Amino acid sequence: MSSKSQEVEALLAQKYRHGFVTDIESDSLPPGLDEGVVAAISKKKNEPQFLLNWRLKAFRHWQTMREPTWAHVHYKPIDYQDISYYSAPRAPANAPKSLDEVDPKLLATYAKLGIPLHERARLAGVAVDAVFDSVSVATTFKDKLGKAGVIFCSFSDAVRDHPQLIERYLGSVVPPGDNYFAALNSAVFSDGSFVYVPPGVRCPMELSTYFRINAAKTGQFERTLIIAAEAASVSYLEGCTAPMRDENQLHAAVVELVALDDAQIKYSTVQNWYPGDENGLGGIFNFVTKRGECRGRNSKISWTQVETGSAITWKYPSCILKGENSIGEFYSVAVANNYQQADTGTKMIHIGRNTRSTIVSKGISAGHAENTYRGLVKVLPSAAGARNFTQCDSLLMGPNCAAHTFPYMEVKNPTATVEHEASTSKIGEDQLFYCLQRGISAEDAVNMIVSGFCKVVFKELPMEFAVEAQNLLSVSLEGAVG
Amino acid sequence: MLKITDLSARVAGKDILKGVNLEVGAGEVHAIMGPNGSGKSTLAQVLAGREDYEITGGTVTFDGQDLLAMRAEERARAGFFLGFQYPVEIPGVNNVYLLKAALNAKRRAAGEPEVDAYEFLALIRQKMKIMQMSEAFLTRGVNEGFSGGEKKRNEVLQMLVLEPKLAVLDETDSGLDIDALKVVSAGVNTLRDPKRAVVLVTHYQRLLDYIAPDRVHVLSGGRILKSGDASLAQELERRGYDWVSESQVA
Repeated sequence: MSSKSQEVEALLAQKYRHGFVTDIESDSLPPGLDEGVVAAISKKKNEPQFLLNWRLKAFRHWQTMREPTWAHVHYKPIDYQDISYYSAPRAPANAPKSLDEVDPKLLATYAKLGIPLHERARLAGVAVDAVFDSVSVATTFKDKLGKAGVIFCSFSDAVRDHPQLIERYLGSVVPPGDNYFAALNSAVFSDGSFVYVPPGVRCPMELSTYFRINAAKTGQFERTLIIAAEAASVSYLEGCTAPMRDENQLHAAVVELVALDDAQIKYSTVQNWYPGDENGLGGIFNFVTKRGECRGRNSKISWTQVETGSAITWKYPSCILKGENSIGEFYSVAVANNYQQADTGTKMIHIGRNTRSTIVSKGISAGHAENTYRGLVKVLPSAAGARNFTQCDSLLMGPNCAAHTFPYMEVKNPTATVEHEASTSKIGEDQLFYCLQRGISAEDAVNMIVSGFCKVVFKELPMEFAVEAQNLLSVSLEGAVG
Repeated sequence: MLKITDLSARVAGKDILKGVNLEVGAGEVHAIMGPNGSGKSTLAQVLAGREDYEITGGTVTFDGQDLLAMRAEERARAGFFLGFQYPVEIPGVNNVYLLKAALNAKRRAAGEPEVDAYEFLALIRQKMKIMQMSEAFLTRGVNEGFSGGEKKRNEVLQMLVLEPKLAVLDETDSGLDIDALKVVSAGVNTLRDPKRAVVLVTHYQRLLDYIAPDRVHVLSGGRILKSGDASLAQELERRGYDWVSESQVA
């Protein structure tokens, strides 16, 4: 084997850098799932009757459903009775007291990812209060948001404090029986985030789970609900560069977005969960249902995602374009290395007149990974003048990976315009050699080529996230060329 | 500067180079000519460190170092430059960004301080003037959507910025109209200097009207069959490559 290939193999064999475990005492239910467990979760959270009924209905429906098999992913059957569905952390007695007690290598990785110091501490499991004045941080942003009338809290708090909003909007975009994983989530979801931006308000800051310190540790069945009322706008960041501490491997979240007349919601995700080792052992199964509804006229929902983690990703952030002139966007970078499998894409459902959607998907495969884009553009008869533009590009690194593209289009209105462009390229030995011949190292060259490939998507991310995403990509793909 | 001794190489089980001998001194310009399939591009790629080729024999020293023992990027940092016959496109990667990274990689290797963005922009503007390239070039992706001529200009621009000790230009003249050929040649000539050397790989004598070579070699069937001064190129132009092969047999 040549020296370069050996080096590349070595780089490819790099371990997941966030895969550490923190022992924390937790208050867990024993493994198993039945109506009693669903009721117990609801009771632990002191939920109102309507929510318990809603959960039970979802659970009963789930029992009649079968796990979907259409995705281009392969895994051993999941034993749903072997999972604990409730695990809330108690006092972090064994957590490190300050950053000084945290593994310096770990801190170096966070530094490389460009994660702010506060967040590094939180990720490392440090009791934030002991080190930082988290109260003042929390107070500052709560004050600011409160003055603007924005509600931003944990899902549990929202159930307690704003039950009327929950009852009105929960499940209105992703019904409890929507799909197997959404139904499971609806039955057992533990917590999550809630955002309500009142009419006419531009949310004065980017919202992210990081700022929601009081409920930082959400379970693997979280639920997010974001509502932008008339002419409101909000940008929400979901950062999953967190280490995966959960014992369980299944993650089934639901995210619902509702945009009323003239409202805008921008939802950005950087996902870096444990992808399994180089032989495909372990890792997170990420089965997530994300959907936004442009309910009002001239509303806009934009999804941007950078997916680098998880053993299996099954995720299709979608837009239902109901309101006239509403706009849906999906910008995605999905990276799969080693034995990762990603089946991701979007659905754009055009219902209103003159609705527009844009899809830009960049898939990167390396190692033995399988990367699938699956997209649906559906134009209903009512959607006169609808337009869609779809661009799907795949980049292959090395001889053993694969990329698949399944674009579905159903157009039922003759005035609609639907465009699709697709390309597959190999990270070129030629491109790589060109860079090497200019004196650039293999690692830098790959980063450069991949960032160039992803540029149009990164442009859509909020600035600080774009930097993080770029760094993350470097970490995920260092030298991943065969 | 460069000494190639009995160099043999194969690709996909096929012997391409069958004992090449060549010596290029500092300050010299050599031209390697030859028919299609004679091994010219293989020689250029092997010298640059492309891994698709298997070296089956011989040695190459560059500036006293064992070139074949160095990795491609080390060769580049040591001052070896290849002007590609088919410069590759790298979409989304800015031209200037790539070139700055290249220059700084070289400077780091030499223990020199890296150039900052401001210095670099001044430098590249100056070189772009020589190559008659427009400002728009600064914002474009590496060779992205470039015409054949623009790609070749870009190669020479990169060479001028990186200031290699030895530049091997693989058919940098092919696909150029006469005006572009003049610009490219002028660019190459600005690099001529007693401490540097240039090897031109070409099919045509035309390029040599603008870049006068000190030595001309004919590569055919994986060997250098004939060497001479600039007049050899003219003779080749008149008599064709068959003349060399035949005279060799005779």
